[in-house]
Amino acid sequence: MVMQQHIYDILATVMDPEIPTLSVIDLGMITDVRMSDDGVRIRLLPTFVACPATSYIKSNISEALRHAGFESVQVDLETEMNWTSDRISEIGRKKLEAFGLGAPVQIDGVLGLDQIEQVACPHCGSSNTEIRSMFGSTLCRSIHYCLDCKQGFERFKPL
Amino acid sequence: MADDELMIGHRNSEWTGLGPILEEDIAFSSIAQDQIGHALANYGLLNEHFGEAIPDVIAFSRNEKEFHSSQFVELPIGDYAFSLMRHFLFDHAESIRYDMLTLSSFAPLASLARKIKGELKYHTLHADLWVKRLGQGMEESHARMQTALNEAFPYALGMFEPSKYDDELKSENIFEGETALQTKWLETITPILERANLQLPKLPIKERMYGGRQGYHTEYLQPLLDEMTEVYRLDPAATW
Repeated sequence: MVMQQHIYDILATVMDPEIPTLSVIDLGMITDVRMSDDGVRIRLLPTFVACPATSYIKSNISEALRHAGFESVQVDLETEMNWTSDRISEIGRKKLEAFGLGAPVQIDGVLGLDQIEQVACPHCGSSNTEIRSMFGSTLCRSIHYCLDCKQGFERFKPL
Repeated sequence: MADDELMIGHRNSEWTGLGPILEEDIAFSSIAQDQIGHALANYGLLNEHFGEAIPDVIAFSRNEKEFHSSQFVELPIGDYAFSLMRHFLFDHAESIRYDMLTLSSFAPLASLARKIKGELKYHTLHADLWVKRLGQGMEESHARMQTALNEAFPYALGMFEPSKYDDELKSENIFEGETALQTKWLETITPILERANLQLPKLPIKERMYGGRQGYHTEYLQPLLDEMTEVYRLDPAATW
């Protein structure tokens, strides 16, 4: 168990290349960590299907663990379940806002215009915001505008 | 499905740098990125479960005749009204198709469908917004959207060209079939088009642009393939 916690601690240093303050743990991308005589096996849950960062994240995980002394590391893609933005942790949501990105609302399996439009401004906290574009600078972001502090901002899309 | 996604993804990517406003440039580029990613996921299933070649090889080394994409997706981007209308008609069909596939007895596809369904929500909401905005807009924007719909519609019906495998797919509970999909699609798009003051053309059945699923394509596919595979053909064995 101690060893497993150690691996989770290392995984918490592997960041999303597109949102470098968010780790694979914050994003809820790790579904299983196993130790055996053959080495470490990690199961990684990809976020958006077309996310170009998945392969980088996969190799970054292997590299971080090898660097920490684990010689044999295997990272498999999790196919048994699907990622949703509800998997982003509370700490992850706070980090997103500190980074200047709006956090996704909890969707509990229901995704419509309400969930897509509704977001608190990461600058002033106001919920008096409107959507400007459903597509932003990366696949996981949309563009919004705060009617109170008059600032544009991006948000991590609910999915 | 994968061939449709690859071709329309390529076409939509042609808007990168040319979009009428920055947000739309980004939107079409993001939609294209999603579509190529969805094509990759589907080619991956073919590779993993049906012994097909790896995705790069299936995508970039087939002849025109071996592509099963509908003729709709290979048409040039035209003006923004045409690309927007195609995006609307295509993404609604795609979204309903994946929705139906969430119930597929082929579990890997059902799982992928559940995932892709959420991503497509952004596509259809984006398309609905602009179709309504421009359909209800000025005289010129309305006229251009109606012209785009008239031009696109016969080709859009080609997306639902039945294949000889339809009965088998249905009896095995893999997919409910193209006819069922087309019915649901019409039920979905008709009220949205009505709100946008746009009218679906009434078409004689023979004017549907079938053939793509059997490898019969328009003059536009080969030049698209030439461009898309140009770099790949320089060195097919290269590692990226």
